[in-house]
Amino acid sequence: MPSTDWPDVLLHVVSGKGGTGKTTVAAALALALARDGGQVMLMEVEGRQGLAQLFDMPPLPYEERRLASVPGGGEVWGLAVDPEEALLEYLELFYNLRRAGGVLRRMGAVEFVTTIAPGLRDVLLTGKAVELVRRRDKKHARAYDAIVLDAPPTGRITRFLNVNTEIAGVAKVGPIRNQADGVMAVLRSEKTAVHLTTLLEEMPVQETADGVAELEDAALPVGGIVVNMTRPPLLTAMADLTSIDAGALTSSLKAAGIDASPHVVDALQAEGVDHAARVRLEETERERIAALGRPVYDLPFLAGGIDLAALYELADMLHEQGMA
Amino acid sequence: MPDAPVLDIDALLADPRTRTIVCCGSGGVGKTTTAAALGLRAADMGRRVCVLTIDPARRLAQAMGLTELDNTPRPVVGVEGDGSLSAMMLDMKRTFDEVVESHSDPERAQAILDNPFYQALSSSFAGTQEYMAMEKLGQLRAEADREGTWDLIIVDTPPSRSALDFLDAPDRLGTFLDGRFIKILTAPARGAGRGLGKLLGAGLGIFSGVLTKILGAQLLTDLAAFVGAVDTMFGGFRERAEATYALLKDPGTAFVVVAAPERDALREASYFVDRLEQDGMPLAGLVVNRVQEVRAPELTVEEALSGAQRLQGEEPRTAALLRLHADRMRNAERQARITRRFMAAHPGVPVASVFALAEDVHDLEGLRAVGSLLATSRSDP
Repeated sequence: MPSTDWPDVLLHVVSGKGGTGKTTVAAALALALARDGGQVMLMEVEGRQGLAQLFDMPPLPYEERRLASVPGGGEVWGLAVDPEEALLEYLELFYNLRRAGGVLRRMGAVEFVTTIAPGLRDVLLTGKAVELVRRRDKKHARAYDAIVLDAPPTGRITRFLNVNTEIAGVAKVGPIRNQADGVMAVLRSEKTAVHLTTLLEEMPVQETADGVAELEDAALPVGGIVVNMTRPPLLTAMADLTSIDAGALTSSLKAAGIDASPHVVDALQAEGVDHAARVRLEETERERIAALGRPVYDLPFLAGGIDLAALYELADMLHEQGMA
Repeated sequence: MPDAPVLDIDALLADPRTRTIVCCGSGGVGKTTTAAALGLRAADMGRRVCVLTIDPARRLAQAMGLTELDNTPRPVVGVEGDGSLSAMMLDMKRTFDEVVESHSDPERAQAILDNPFYQALSSSFAGTQEYMAMEKLGQLRAEADREGTWDLIIVDTPPSRSALDFLDAPDRLGTFLDGRFIKILTAPARGAGRGLGKLLGAGLGIFSGVLTKILGAQLLTDLAAFVGAVDTMFGGFRERAEATYALLKDPGTAFVVVAAPERDALREASYFVDRLEQDGMPLAGLVVNRVQEVRAPELTVEEALSGAQRLQGEEPRTAALLRLHADRMRNAERQARITRRFMAAHPGVPVASVFALAEDVHDLEGLRAVGSLLATSRSDP
């Protein structure tokens, strides 16, 4: 059995450019991490209810819910974090002040924290992720073996994870400073890995390269790179489809009993040219990804769409490649 | 099959009454490229255009011949005819600073700019971007009206659902300003012995206690100074937010929702369309990017695959081309199914489908190609 590339990591942060399928990758990773009987928390923070849609469930409340029981006894839990609730919970947790919530709400303070100063939202969300990492049950065992965070996109990820540093710049002393320092200590440790999902296209790869550089500058631990929605090898192996001339194509089509009108022949040739260009581009992008020097994992494009069965399939692939 | 009307891009761009175009949609659907392509096409048609982008890929900036994009519109060279095109990238912090400077006297402005709380809020906090994008749009619009610099402004919104947060900005600012929270925070700054200590005695102990405990006394002092200093500014801010909201609602504005023919992207597009309709915002239509092009639809999947089977041994290249064709056909059918579902849920929303390009846009010609695909598209993918 392959061993995992991330044996010490408790918090897997999954980011990526919009449209690269980071929610799908996060869910597949959570399933893969749960396959040895682990309890895995899959957390979403963007208020899109992407997890509920992915696991075909009604919208998730701000509550830890079981999303899937994995063969082998593991479980994947889901949590859609609501910033307002997270704020009230934070007050209760650190200051035993749940009662104050109503007062704060009436005064517009909750509005202030969660909307007028939306960055404070990120403080609460990262704080919640770290709370889940640290949580112990009554026997002092870890409540969760791993946390997977379906995080904001690459363009925002460094700012999101680094927000507590900003807080440290504002609050020089006091409990909020201590909390901020504590969260940053976990996010910067070997317990955390920030994985980036990408496609084999120019812009997502460029954003991935930029994201890796930004994370490194901020001393945040860069994890692996997941190349999502790759083409089946059968088609890409035949990159050189442009060498066949119209005459040969016409006669072979006729031999196969296909109506080889000039239009069809032209169209097939043009599709071959398109495809060859695309394959060349993908090869270039793959080289750029390799140059980043991070572990790379591949997931195929699944034409049938993503359902639970597909997620398990992707989870197996991540496991086989050593991501979990 | 539902029949969606076609989104007529050229009519939209040519109409002098179209003065603002807002492109919104989820990330990774080619929103910024669409905004830039619309801008170039409009400029080629003779309009004087300014494109405001939030976070363009470096290559796109290069495609427009711009080595750097800063907070000022820079002219793009290479427009055909009498029109003009400028492009700028939003600098969130700079824009916020400008708002502060334009709403306060220099001394007070400096106090705000130096405040650590302000510095954190203006440079690092997510969400500020959405507000500042709309602030910048308001500024550009005002400049265009005053000086006649541009007759069309195209704005690309941040790639998140919160991109529509700006629609709520006036309300939110209202809740905040009318709340007692801000009044308490501003109290110490108003001085004359009416600080937090006094308020503690006024029955607000629990609230102030919470604040002091959570924030610490030093942060509270900075925050109070900040809120005190921006107290006057927020009034102007709110007026501006309301003015921007009115501007967005104006018939001279056209919202273009951008999506890709994938389930998630179209679900987000549905959310945008619903939200815009609820608020009575002028929706021009939906652009579906990255649609799979099939060049010979008459050759069916079944025919292509059985042909490939027969040719497998003797003519592997033809077999591969047939498999490729079958793959594209299937992909196109899948995309069409997903897109039709959107059309059925939103009948009457005009749609423009744009074929995927083999490669990314690298220069003005590439942008022009996207523009002409946009203009010649059909609604049915």
